[in-house]
Amino acid sequence: MAAPMSNVDEIRKRVILSEFGVRNVHTTDYPGNYPGYDDAWSLQKFKKNFRIEVVHMDDTSMEFDMIGVDAALANAFRRILLAEVPTMAVEKVFVYNNTSIIQDEILAHRLGLIPIKADPRLFEYRNAGAEFRDEEGTEIDTIQLQLKVKCTRNPRATKESSDPRELYLNHMVYSKDMKWVPIGNQADVFADAQIGPVHDDILLAQLRPGQELDVVMHCVKGIGKDHAKFSPVATASYRLLPEITLLQTVEGEKAERLKRCFSPGVIELENRGGKQVAKVVNSRLDTCSREVLRHDDLKNLVKLGRVRDHFIFSVESTGILPPDVLVTEAISVLVAKCQKFLNELDSTEME
Amino acid sequence: MARKETETKPVLEMVQADGADEGCVTFVLHEEDHTLGNSLRYMVMKNPQVEFCGYSIPHPSETKINFRIQSRGGVPATDLLRKGLKDLQDAAQHVRTTFEAKVMDCKDQPQGPMQ
Repeated sequence: MAAPMSNVDEIRKRVILSEFGVRNVHTTDYPGNYPGYDDAWSLQKFKKNFRIEVVHMDDTSMEFDMIGVDAALANAFRRILLAEVPTMAVEKVFVYNNTSIIQDEILAHRLGLIPIKADPRLFEYRNAGAEFRDEEGTEIDTIQLQLKVKCTRNPRATKESSDPRELYLNHMVYSKDMKWVPIGNQADVFADAQIGPVHDDILLAQLRPGQELDVVMHCVKGIGKDHAKFSPVATASYRLLPEITLLQTVEGEKAERLKRCFSPGVIELENRGGKQVAKVVNSRLDTCSREVLRHDDLKNLVKLGRVRDHFIFSVESTGILPPDVLVTEAISVLVAKCQKFLNELDSTEME
Repeated sequence: MARKETETKPVLEMVQADGADEGCVTFVLHEEDHTLGNSLRYMVMKNPQVEFCGYSIPHPSETKINFRIQSRGGVPATDLLRKGLKDLQDAAQHVRTTFEAKVMDCKDQPQGPMQ
């Protein structure tokens, strides 16, 4: 059991989970709020306290801890990951022939949601008024893809079979049928990068003999704020590190019940002097269900809380960009936003 | 080719009550929402020369925020805003460098902290 925190420390550093609500939620460490504390912003102090720990990282998802930062900043990163990191996605679908059962607009909607593996940093945004002036997409801002599938009857199928996989050829249209059509010098610039959908096995439509799909798609660069298809993450979320403090020694049968109230692995029982005593082993695994507060005899034995400045981020990418690149891009977007307003302030000062 | 002049949309406006000093200004930031609003508010509030700082979104359908700063001791509010933006930018840049360094470490040791 750690030494109890002073009241003030607790208000400053912990969010308290109590039976009927969550207390101490808001950040209060602004200058002047606490006598004796110097809460003014200092980059030195921030650099000293700030840490990042990467827990897990692979091609599609990562989990990392950001410690020493405030919720406002962490939330800004999360919001930018979801809505303001640009990607390429299908925007215009030119339907030359669609005799399938899927309506044009439904098909276009589905095509827009498919993640396109193209590094958005190598492309420009399309000019806002370009569509009205009827300008074709150029090679620096558009990727052209083509989907051309015709379903036919399989001449080699046996007479009695009823399995569509045997009877028909090309009756399932997958995203792997979307082929990249290079415009301009894209064939040279992106010679080795395979531009196309991230996943090959997304089912777009089903066809029967005689039906065909002939569609040309233009992909542009956009952000999630405009349309969710441009969001580069499957999701990005964070949670605060839980903290469980045992206020008294809990032994025997109560210890067993206490262990069951938390997620597995949080509380373990150790043998001390012949008795089973509960010990908090890994509070990070807890999902904070506050189950222990539902039991009258257990609820006064523990104190549940969360560490206010320890964020456990979980970023899952859709596959367009690796998750560490996404986080770096998101932070760069915030830096650029600040720069934009700094420039604006400086230019109005000059006038 | 005659075409409409590309609109010079204002990005930042200042609204000041007549007669009030330079220390109390409401800035209207266009094309912004809670992402910048809350993080900037936190940074400006961390400045001991700020008496009041808050932001609001006048209508959810319009992407602009009203950001109000009132200073203590007659400091011009634009200076406080500038300091807040600079601090936010420095903090974000530090986060980025630390993160990139940590990711680089992780990639170098395949058996390291990664599971």
